[in-house]
Amino acid sequence: MTQTDPAPDTAQEVLIDVRGVVARYGHRLVLDGVDLEVHSGEIMVIMGVSGSGKSTLLRLMLGLKQPTRGSIRVMGHEVTRAGTRELYRLREQLGVAFQGGAMIGSLTIGENVSLPLTEHTDLDVRTIRIIARMKLEMMGLSDVEDMMPAQLSGGMLKRAGLARAIVGDPKILFFDEPSAGLDPVTAVELDERILLARRAMNLTIVVVTHELESAIKIADRIAVIQDGRVLETGTVEEIRASGDEHIQDMLHRRPRKETIDPDAYLDRLTK
Amino acid sequence: MGRAWGQLAVIAGALVRGIEAAGDRALYHVRMSGMMTLLLLRSVARAVTPPWRPRPVIRQIHFIGARSWLLIVVSGAFTGMVVALQFHDTLVRFGTVSLLGSAVGLSLVRELGPVLAALMVIGRAGSATCSEIGIMRIDEQIDALECMAIDPHRFLLAPRLVGGVISQPLLTAMFIVVGVVGGYFVGVGLFGISAGAYFQGMYDSVVWNDVKMGLIKSIVFGLLIVWICSAKGFLLHLNRDGAFGAEGVSRATTEAVVLSFIAVLFADYVISSVMA
Repeated sequence: MTQTDPAPDTAQEVLIDVRGVVARYGHRLVLDGVDLEVHSGEIMVIMGVSGSGKSTLLRLMLGLKQPTRGSIRVMGHEVTRAGTRELYRLREQLGVAFQGGAMIGSLTIGENVSLPLTEHTDLDVRTIRIIARMKLEMMGLSDVEDMMPAQLSGGMLKRAGLARAIVGDPKILFFDEPSAGLDPVTAVELDERILLARRAMNLTIVVVTHELESAIKIADRIAVIQDGRVLETGTVEEIRASGDEHIQDMLHRRPRKETIDPDAYLDRLTK
Repeated sequence: MGRAWGQLAVIAGALVRGIEAAGDRALYHVRMSGMMTLLLLRSVARAVTPPWRPRPVIRQIHFIGARSWLLIVVSGAFTGMVVALQFHDTLVRFGTVSLLGSAVGLSLVRELGPVLAALMVIGRAGSATCSEIGIMRIDEQIDALECMAIDPHRFLLAPRLVGGVISQPLLTAMFIVVGVVGGYFVGVGLFGISAGAYFQGMYDSVVWNDVKMGLIKSIVFGLLIVWICSAKGFLLHLNRDGAFGAEGVSRATTEAVVLSFIAVLFADYVISSVMA
């Protein structure tokens, strides 16, 4: 697979700066000193196996969770110390597409996609409807605006979620597992929509995924996370050429090697 | 001797673990109480500050109030009938059956109307509210609102609070009226008491303070029901035993209903004591 749409020349401005982030859920250490930079205009893919901490990192960047330690700056705002108002002002410039679409169940698709404009702008109802339709058309969804979320398939919900994420022309777009649960054809279509959104709107995009093909197709740079740490960050070619055993296992879809201590195993079974 | 020490160590260990678990549980409940209180204060603050949007509030009045009318009518009617039946039996023994209207009226206006109407709303609208908001939480819809810079307290909770506070007194009034009619059918229709005596007794006994008590109770109950049920769903992700998904929603809904019942009964006692 070849990379399309290389990042624009403004790639050097750092829009997201993660430094020394440690995060826990209760006693469980999820992230253990993560450093990461996302440059303006690039598609950064954060990859890792399930449970590696990549979704937690995404939630930290969005301010939905606070880290135990460390700093996260998004467009110059220190997210870990921002008050509610500052956080909301920042989020008006962000777009987030959640794994299942996260459509508000009591609103129609059209109302869902229009929601950021309805809440944050003084645009009239007709203009908002036209913009929402335009974004839905960009995502290949026609004539769904009067339908309820429960009437849409998983793939359509993800595309509607993406339409809602870009309706306010955000500066940074976040994706949480865009291809999860989709058939291969729909997954490829969604990847195309992501690239289209970047082309059309000059977006910076952060994608969290464990889908290798998708990552290779859309990424300008990939950050591989394992056991709460960033193993390596680089372009697709740099990641392919990595000497790290875990990265090579992931690229070649080799299961992780586990060495079992017989005594410890017996202890676990019989305790 | 060594064996005795070993057994003592096991008992001591179990005791320490028990105390730790009890302390942990107590801290969890204190934390949750604090978070629920903060949630109430934030939602009330959003409800009383502009911008106000009537449409979500009307939607909630429809959901909590209008769609409960049949349940309120049926339960109110049977409550009135049962109260009249039970009081008639007692009043006959003392030869004061003409006071049946007073008894039914006072019971319904001061106690049974507000409390039973609240319990009906808890069972129908309260549980549905908790489930709906809980599912929104696990489906990341509330996170999506936050990420769209939409305050979920203003968007989700404030309209429900206002809707509940408006709907509950209206439902209570409907309950009382239907209960009085139910009592009429039993007292006048079944037992042959004079209709004039039935209503006159009610008119003589039920004073403004009784109506005020019933009104205050219904407003407080409306606030408690919506607050507790919304908060249990909203804070589902902080559930101590980590239950998420369908089981988490089920558990939160059950807890919300039980806690709302207890809160209504407790508030009923407090208000009755203060105003009596």
